Amino acid sequence: MESTLALAAAKARDQGATRIHRIVLRIGALSGVEPEALRFAFDAMAKQTPAAGAVLDIETVPACGRCEECDLEFEVTSGFIFTCPKCGRISGDLNQGRELELARLEIS
Amino acid sequence: MSSDSATASIRSIDVGISLLEANDRLAERNRAEFRRRCITALNLLSSPGAGKTTLLERTLDQFGRETRCAVIVGDLETDNDARRLRRPHAPVVQITTGTACHLEAAMVARSAAAMDLSGVRMLFIENVGNLVCPASFDLGETARVVLLSTTEGEDKPLKYPPIFKSAQVVLLTKIDVADVLGFDRAAAIKNIHRIAPQAKLIQLSARTGEGLEEWYDFLRTLVPRT
Repeated sequence: MESTLALAAAKARDQGATRIHRIVLRIGALSGVEPEALRFAFDAMAKQTPAAGAVLDIETVPACGRCEECDLEFEVTSGFIFTCPKCGRISGDLNQGRELELARLEIS
Repeated sequence: MSSDSATASIRSIDVGISLLEANDRLAERNRAEFRRRCITALNLLSSPGAGKTTLLERTLDQFGRETRCAVIVGDLETDNDARRLRRPHAPVVQITTGTACHLEAAMVARSAAAMDLSGVRMLFIENVGNLVCPASFDLGETARVVLLSTTEGEDKPLKYPPIFKSAQVVLLTKIDVADVLGFDRAAAIKNIHRIAPQAKLIQLSARTGEGLEEWYDFLRTLVPRT
């Protein structure tokens, strides 16, 4: 969260802004990051930064896999076991769901 | 300034930057540098005590005789591992991370720059023993090797899936003591295949040497022919 706030502050500064009102993060369902932990860290750390008092929005990106066998794209709802709903094959990779991204800022 | 104009002056900007971007950028730089120098870099990951250092000792003594190897080893404290791994024919650098529970690309870049890598074809990066955080940090490696030892539970891959998901190779280590420990090898292998169907699996014991030839054969496939 420290580096996120630093990144947000740098982006705001680039735009000639002094205050950050809203931070929007895009977090993949399987990124390994707990939104609650992010909020806790944000509350603790934002005070001494241009983001003091800002709203933290966390958008969750669902995890999607693609079956290598039948080329089907499917949402992964079974944790880290990516089972194709059509043929049952377990695949190794995700198309999306690992995002850990600073998406948008509202600044002034 | 009225509150209206204060509100009006708030503007929205799209950023779209990965929070790991700084590390990812450095990792790509490491990868390009390793490729330029014809070095295969392996990131070795496991929980503490799974046998990374013992496997590397054996590997340096055997495979290291035919292919020049180097090691970067990370721990929170002490240079014990570097001392264990030091060989006249293989440069070793210890990174002590202090409180950080994983290696980052910048640490690897600094260490690689401080080593004599001339003639080195295989660089082993022994990460800090930890099955969680190192999964998120690309070091610029050619491949990730995750170790699971038979002294751990068969269900470790189910409990810590991201790191197994990110592996190109999974090594099941300490197989010589599996029976004594009542370790259910078939169950562990099934769990590895469920979580990491993409990974090559090698079973070995660095103590008895069982499976090491298969490990070296795999390393040979990674070394660029010159």
